[in-house]
Amino acid sequence: MEDLIRIRDLTVRFHTYEGVVYAIDDLDLDIRQGETLGIVGETGSGKTMTALAILRLIPYPGRIESGSIVLLGRDHQSGLELLKLKDDGMRSIRGNKISMVFQEPGAALNPVYTIGDQISEVFLLHRRQELSDRARHQLDDLISNRNGFAASVKRPFWRWQRRLYRKIAQDSHFFEPRLISRLPLFRRLLWRLRNEAELLTVNMLKDVEISDPARVASLYPHNLSGGMKQRAVIAMALACSPELLIADEPTTSLDVTIQAQMLELFRRIKVDKGASVLFITHNLGVASEVCDRVGVMYAGRLCEVASVEEMFLHPLHPYTKALLEAVPIPGRELQTIPGVLADSMNPPPGCRFHPRCPSAMPTCQQERPKPKEVSNGHMVACYLY
Amino acid sequence: MRDWRFTARQLAKNPLSLIGVILIAIFLVIAIFAPLIAPMPAGQTDPYMIPRDGYWAEPRPPSELHPFGTTQGQYDVFYGVIWGARTAFRVALIVISVSILIGIVLGSLAGYFGGVLDEVIMRITDIFMAFPWLILAMALVTVLGPSMKSVLIALCVVWWPSYARLIRGDILQVREEDYVEAARGLGASSARVIMRHVLPNAIYPALIMASLDIGAVVLSAAALSFLGLGAPEGYADWGQLTQFAQNWIIGPMNDPLKYWYAVTIPGLFIFFFVLGWNLLGDAFRDIFDPRLARR
Repeated sequence: MEDLIRIRDLTVRFHTYEGVVYAIDDLDLDIRQGETLGIVGETGSGKTMTALAILRLIPYPGRIESGSIVLLGRDHQSGLELLKLKDDGMRSIRGNKISMVFQEPGAALNPVYTIGDQISEVFLLHRRQELSDRARHQLDDLISNRNGFAASVKRPFWRWQRRLYRKIAQDSHFFEPRLISRLPLFRRLLWRLRNEAELLTVNMLKDVEISDPARVASLYPHNLSGGMKQRAVIAMALACSPELLIADEPTTSLDVTIQAQMLELFRRIKVDKGASVLFITHNLGVASEVCDRVGVMYAGRLCEVASVEEMFLHPLHPYTKALLEAVPIPGRELQTIPGVLADSMNPPPGCRFHPRCPSAMPTCQQERPKPKEVSNGHMVACYLY
Repeated sequence: MRDWRFTARQLAKNPLSLIGVILIAIFLVIAIFAPLIAPMPAGQTDPYMIPRDGYWAEPRPPSELHPFGTTQGQYDVFYGVIWGARTAFRVALIVISVSILIGIVLGSLAGYFGGVLDEVIMRITDIFMAFPWLILAMALVTVLGPSMKSVLIALCVVWWPSYARLIRGDILQVREEDYVEAARGLGASSARVIMRHVLPNAIYPALIMASLDIGAVVLSAAALSFLGLGAPEGYADWGQLTQFAQNWIIGPMNDPLKYWYAVTIPGLFIFFFVLGWNLLGDAFRDIFDPRLARR
């Protein structure tokens, strides 16, 4: 399979008052087209930061210090370096090529707008051209097929609207449509765009298996249940059929039955839309359910990447082994990993896991292990192999 | 349509806010129909100047010609309070809208972008807030020369800092919400995020404070007028009418309530105006906030 995202030597640091936090350290990761890549790890291991780095939304005072993130795929055969894009270039990627589903579905929806409004906003941001084409066809139809007095009065107005929409479709930087979309009352003249966006929204809601989508579109977030909200958020993220969907612990705040439905939905999305999914979770069970490949992160570094079967049947890295040991099994005492997560402000030298590692060697304390391909597609960063 | 019905029901549910709405509605009617209620006498050019009936200092009690009596200097109280309603609305609305506008612009810049910009804007705000407001306003009016315009300017200058600070605080809170992050993740620009996602969620406290403050602005303008730093003498302004009544609050020994009309009537107008806005402030919260369920 071909790569969609190629991350090389990504380093993210937070410059805080107390010192530098090493959030992500020299991360190499590939996301292939059409696959679901899971990232698992403890809280604070840098999973979410990896996702935010791809979107270039690292919060202040964090910074991407070095590295490269290349987007390949449909329109970018030769690769597009995301870290070198200007701000508006990046904005046209976000929500369009790469979009994200956040952990808390309730918090990811703006309480003052209806679900329909919020999903249409994505279409209005990224699909203006398509929307105005559709509006224009409708106007063509009105102009040629309507008869009678009212129609003949309205016809010049329709013609003017058609010209306006044509300008929008060609290039959104024409003066006239831009002026109109800025003026509070005149903005309403572009209602056909909004209308078309709403139609697409209803379709989108149908796609994420919401029954009665037209009614749901007119509801406010607080009218919906947690599962419905998460579906709406997923619909929003999928609106412009992105090539990569980043899901940051999308099931954590949902109960188990809804979780199962969501996982099913993600599986279907991947098949239907052909999108790659970056699935961030700390739940190993969930990861084994949906992912094709899994990466394990510890203290800002990737320890092991392998296919799901490999990872769960033959884990190699001591940390992965310990993680799998720590999965609770009824009737057995809970196994834990001794020690605490490495302090990201003063990380241990060498391998970050060595203070907690049962099979640590002297070299582990001095030098960082390089990722090695042990068998086909199974990478591990450990001196044992 | 549904929203209007919801608004009406919210108002009916709370009798206090209904009283507020009725009070403000009455004042609006008075202000709009002032030329009909108290017609300008023939030969006068500025409708805001109160006509006077002689120059005698002592107020005269209500009579057929002057329904609310006359105050010191024979200014007609009835004409003064009716046209004063217009002055009150104008002062309050101008001061509040200018303050809110400045507050929104500076508050959202400071709150959303943070860092050095935040420090600079908020320290300037602190400087303005460090002055006792009445003294700052008095100094400004004195420097600019007492007139209606300088009262407006002075009140705007002392009023905006509290809005800038309030809005900044709410924006600091809202910008951390996931849906703001989500909007940026969907490719919205900073301006769009602020206008569409942050401000609508952060503006309600400021709007409610504004409706409570409208009363306070009228009180402050009245206080400035009472101190003799306001509208020119004879201008239809409730504060000015109370100032005229300063010497007539207590009548002669044998009849202490002799001049009650000179003090009480403008005082009551101010009182009900302020009360009306305060009651309305609560009603606004119930109506505007979409987070309250609409069924």
